[in-house]
Amino acid sequence: MENIIEIKNLYKKYKNAEEFSVNDISLNIDKNEIYGILGPNGAGKTTLISMLSGLIKPTSGSFTINGLSPQKNSIKFRQNIGVVPQEYALYPTLTAKENLMYFGSLYGLSHKKLKNTIDGSLEIMGLSKFANKTIEQFSGGMKRRCNLIAGTLHNPKVLFLDEPTVGVDVQSKKAIIDYLLDLNKKGTCIIYTSHHLSEAEEFCTKIAIIDHGKIHAVGTPEELVNKVADAANLEDVFISLTGKELRDVVL
Amino acid sequence: MLFYKLWRSFVKEVLLLKRDIGGIVIIFVMPLLLIVTITLIQDSTFKNLEGSKIPIIFIDNDKSEVSKNIKQELENSKTFQLLTNYNEKSAQEAVFGGDYQMAIVIPKNLTKDINSNIDSKVQTIVSSFGLEENPDKTQLKAIKAKDIHLYFDPATNIGFKNNVMNAVNKMVFEIENKKIYKAFQDQLGTTENLEENKNLISFKEITPKKEGMDVMPNSVQHNVPAWALFAIFFIVVPLSINLVKEKSQGTSVRVRVGPTPYYVHILGKTFTYLIICVIQFLLMVAVGVYLFPYMDLPKFDITGKMLPMLVVTIFAGLAAIGFGVLLGTMAKTQEQSAPFGATSVVVLAAVGGIWVPVFLMPEFMQNIAKFSPMNWGLNAYYDIILRNGGIGSIAKELFFLFMFYIAMIVISLFYERKQNAV
Repeated sequence: MENIIEIKNLYKKYKNAEEFSVNDISLNIDKNEIYGILGPNGAGKTTLISMLSGLIKPTSGSFTINGLSPQKNSIKFRQNIGVVPQEYALYPTLTAKENLMYFGSLYGLSHKKLKNTIDGSLEIMGLSKFANKTIEQFSGGMKRRCNLIAGTLHNPKVLFLDEPTVGVDVQSKKAIIDYLLDLNKKGTCIIYTSHHLSEAEEFCTKIAIIDHGKIHAVGTPEELVNKVADAANLEDVFISLTGKELRDVVL
Repeated sequence: MLFYKLWRSFVKEVLLLKRDIGGIVIIFVMPLLLIVTITLIQDSTFKNLEGSKIPIIFIDNDKSEVSKNIKQELENSKTFQLLTNYNEKSAQEAVFGGDYQMAIVIPKNLTKDINSNIDSKVQTIVSSFGLEENPDKTQLKAIKAKDIHLYFDPATNIGFKNNVMNAVNKMVFEIENKKIYKAFQDQLGTTENLEENKNLISFKEITPKKEGMDVMPNSVQHNVPAWALFAIFFIVVPLSINLVKEKSQGTSVRVRVGPTPYYVHILGKTFTYLIICVIQFLLMVAVGVYLFPYMDLPKFDITGKMLPMLVVTIFAGLAAIGFGVLLGTMAKTQEQSAPFGATSVVVLAAVGGIWVPVFLMPEFMQNIAKFSPMNWGLNAYYDIILRNGGIGSIAKELFFLFMFYIAMIVISLFYERKQNAV
C-alpha cells in the first residue's frame, strides 16, 4: 500500500456562504485505487475535486499528491495530475486532433510522442475516423470520449473525473469505463464523482460517501453495503447515510 | 519546449480565427471599409469633385454690380450650384426644413448704398486734405449698414458654416476694397491702377522637406495611420471575446490545471494577435498606396517610412493586445466584454484624436488625450509620415505604448492569480 494522495483537515468555505462546502476532510488514497466520491447535489464533491486539482484554494488544511504540494511544487504537481471536467472543455470549432494537439502540448510532450499518443487514444476510443471532424459535429458521447483523452494524454499519476459518463449512451459509457480501467492498470489512480451509484459500485475499488462537506463512510463497495443493516446495494447505503429529502441547490 | 508550446498556441489561435467568419470581418474587412469611406468623405469635403456641387439658394434683390460679383464668385468656386427660383420666405422654409444647406439673400439697393457710402466717405477724406472745392457738400451721410441674410440648415456642420461665412465676408470685403480704390481714383482724377497694389501681405506655407521636395499632408496621410490604429485597437473586441469564450467553454480550466504558466498562454495570444495587427496595417497601407489613386484620392507615400511605421504598428499592437487581455480576463460574459470593448475603443479613439484633431479639443480634453495610447500611436505615425521623423524621434511614444502593454498584462496576471489562487 502506497498513498498517492494525503489530505489533512481540509476546509473550504466560499465567500458569503454560511456553511463550509468541505468541512474537515482527512483522507489517504492508495496509488492503485479507483476512488469514488459520492454524494447528493451540493454535498461538496466538486469543491473537493477542484481543490485537489489545484483549481481553487482551500480555506484551511493541506494535501499532497505524489508527495507534491500545489503551493510549493506547482509545475511538478500539475504534471502529475489530469483533470476531466464535467463540461466538455474543448474548442467546438477545432477538430478532435487539433484540440488534442494543443492540450497535449501544454504538458510539454514532444510533437512525435504527442501525435502517437493521440492516434492511439483516438483508436481505443473509436474516434479515429472522426479525428479531423470539428467537435461541434460530435455527439454527446463522442465529446465525452474526446474530453477524457484530452485529460490523459500526459499519462497522469492521478486522474480527477467529474461525472465522466453523464448524458452518454451505453456504448460510450462502456468505452469510457474500459479506457479508465486500462489507465488504472497502467498505474493511474482515478478519483471519480458520479450520481450513477450502480456504475460506481461496479467500477470503484473504494468509495467515500460525502454530505454537507463531511465524509460519512469510506470503504470498498462490499464493505459499505455490509456496514448498513438491510442494505442490498450501494443505493440503499447512500439513502441511509444521506437521507431522502430533496437536495435542490442554488449556486 | 516553450517555443513548441507557443507554436501550438499560435496554430490554435489561427485555426479558431480562420473558422470565425464574423471575427475575420471585424478584424480585416470592417477597417478597410471604414478607411475607404471616411477618406472619400473627408477628401470630397475639401475637394471639388465633378458632380459633387452643393446646391444652395441664391436670391438677388439687388440685381446690380455687387450682387452680380458675389454670384460670379460663388459660381467660380465650383463648390456650389446656385438655385435662384426662390423668394426669401420660401428659401427660409426650404433651408430650415432641411431641403438645402443654406440660402444667401442679397438685399435691395446693396450696390447703390455701398457706392453712396463709399463716395461720401472718400469725399470727406479728400476734403480734409483741402483737395475738394466745395467741402459743404461732403458732409457724411449716415447710411444704414446693409445685411446680407444667410440662412443655414440647423443640422449644417459648424465647420462648413464658418467656411461659407468667411468666404462671403471675404468676397464682400474685396468688392468694397475695389470700390474704395475706384472712388479715390475718381476723386483724385488719377489713371494709375491702385488696385494692383492691394495684396501687400500674402501667406506662404513652409512645409517639411524631404530630398528637396515639399511634404504636403493630405487626407490620405492623416487617415491611413489614424484608421490603421483604430483597426489595431479594435482587436480588443475579438481578443476579449476569445478569452471569455475560453472561460465559458471550460477550455481555460485545462490551461489552469496544466503545468504551463498562464503567461505563456497570454504570450501565445500576444504573438498571434501581433501578427494580425501587422497584417491589418499592411492592408491599410496597401489600400492607401494601390487603391486610393484609382478612387481619385492622393496616393499614400511610404517612401523610406515603412520600417519605422512597422515599429510603431508593433508597439501599438502590443498596447491594444494588453488592453484586450485585461478586458477578457476581467469580463465574465461576452455581453460584458463585446460592448465594453467596442465602446472603450471608440472613446479611446475620440480622446486620442482619431476623429477630431487634439488641438481642436477643449483644454481639459487635450490633457486627457495625453494619456490615450491611441494618441501616442497617432503622434508616432505623424512624426514619421508628416514630420519626417525617425525611430529616435518616436522613442518616447514607443516607450509609453510598451509600458501600457506591460501594465495591462501585469494587472491581468495579478487578477487571474487572485481569482484562481490555489
